[in-house]
Amino acid sequence: MKYIIAFAAFWIDFIVGDDWRIAVAVVVGLAVTAVLVWMGIPAWWVLPVGIAGYLSVSMTRK
Amino acid sequence: MTTSQIFLVTSTFLACAVEMVEALTIVLATGITRGWRSALIGTLAALATLAVIVAILGPAIALVPIHAMQLVVGTLMLIFGLQWLRKAILRASGRKAMHDEDAIFAAEQAEARKHGRDERAGLDWYSFTICFKGVFLEGLEVAFITITFGAAQQNIGLAAWGATAALIIVLLAGILLHRPLSRVPENMLKYVVGLLLTSFGTFWAAEGMGVEWPGTDLALLGLLGFYAIVAFVLVRQLRAPQAVRVA
Repeated sequence: MKYIIAFAAFWIDFIVGDDWRIAVAVVVGLAVTAVLVWMGIPAWWVLPVGIAGYLSVSMTRK
Repeated sequence: MTTSQIFLVTSTFLACAVEMVEALTIVLATGITRGWRSALIGTLAALATLAVIVAILGPAIALVPIHAMQLVVGTLMLIFGLQWLRKAILRASGRKAMHDEDAIFAAEQAEARKHGRDERAGLDWYSFTICFKGVFLEGLEVAFITITFGAAQQNIGLAAWGATAALIIVLLAGILLHRPLSRVPENMLKYVVGLLLTSFGTFWAAEGMGVEWPGTDLALLGLLGFYAIVAFVLVRQLRAPQAVRVA
């Protein structure tokens, strides 16, 4: 069990990296995109606008 | 060669070159300070482990349905790309220290001198583990980028050529110069790779969600241009004296 947890922790750390907020922002952006697509509304602009907004806000941190 | 194929080779080549330069610094610092045998065995062991992972992951990813793969690959690429791009913007604006291979080399050498000799399986265990870890972790990111990039464009072979070319060039430069490749414009390369990964990640992740891009594949160029402008504006704003102070 200890090795499975360590293995999972390694991959989470590898993918999420040192800033978990980026992963959260991407998942939120994709969720909004999915909802708009499901409602039949053009959603191609959501991720680019969301990412630009996230980058701007995140620059206040190092 | 099509535009997307050029993007594919360029992205894998640049990402691989940057990561290989970082791995080379660790191996050189350890090898020069503590001897080459254990450092090189650690490096070869890491490369062999990576080869096994690539051999398993490569064919497995090709079995995933295209939309699911685009979503997974796009999401991962977006996360990696944003990490690189964010740091590159902070570095370009002077808010974060530039990546300095000479300084890292000196720090690695100082660390290597501090540790006593611990012999295990006939190896200097410090040299072996530090080189294994360094090469494996840097290499894993390259392997991930190469496989996912190649798989999403259904051309893993071309992506592998880009990565291999970078590996050979960095390795030859390291053997010839015998010191860290501090003259490689690493920060600029990370900026470009961050832009490419973020653009491709956005394109594929959204497409995987069922989005139809205006102009289909041409939207990729639009995304690249859009993110380049956003990054440029952010660098300019952060450089300005009235910019918000970093906490």
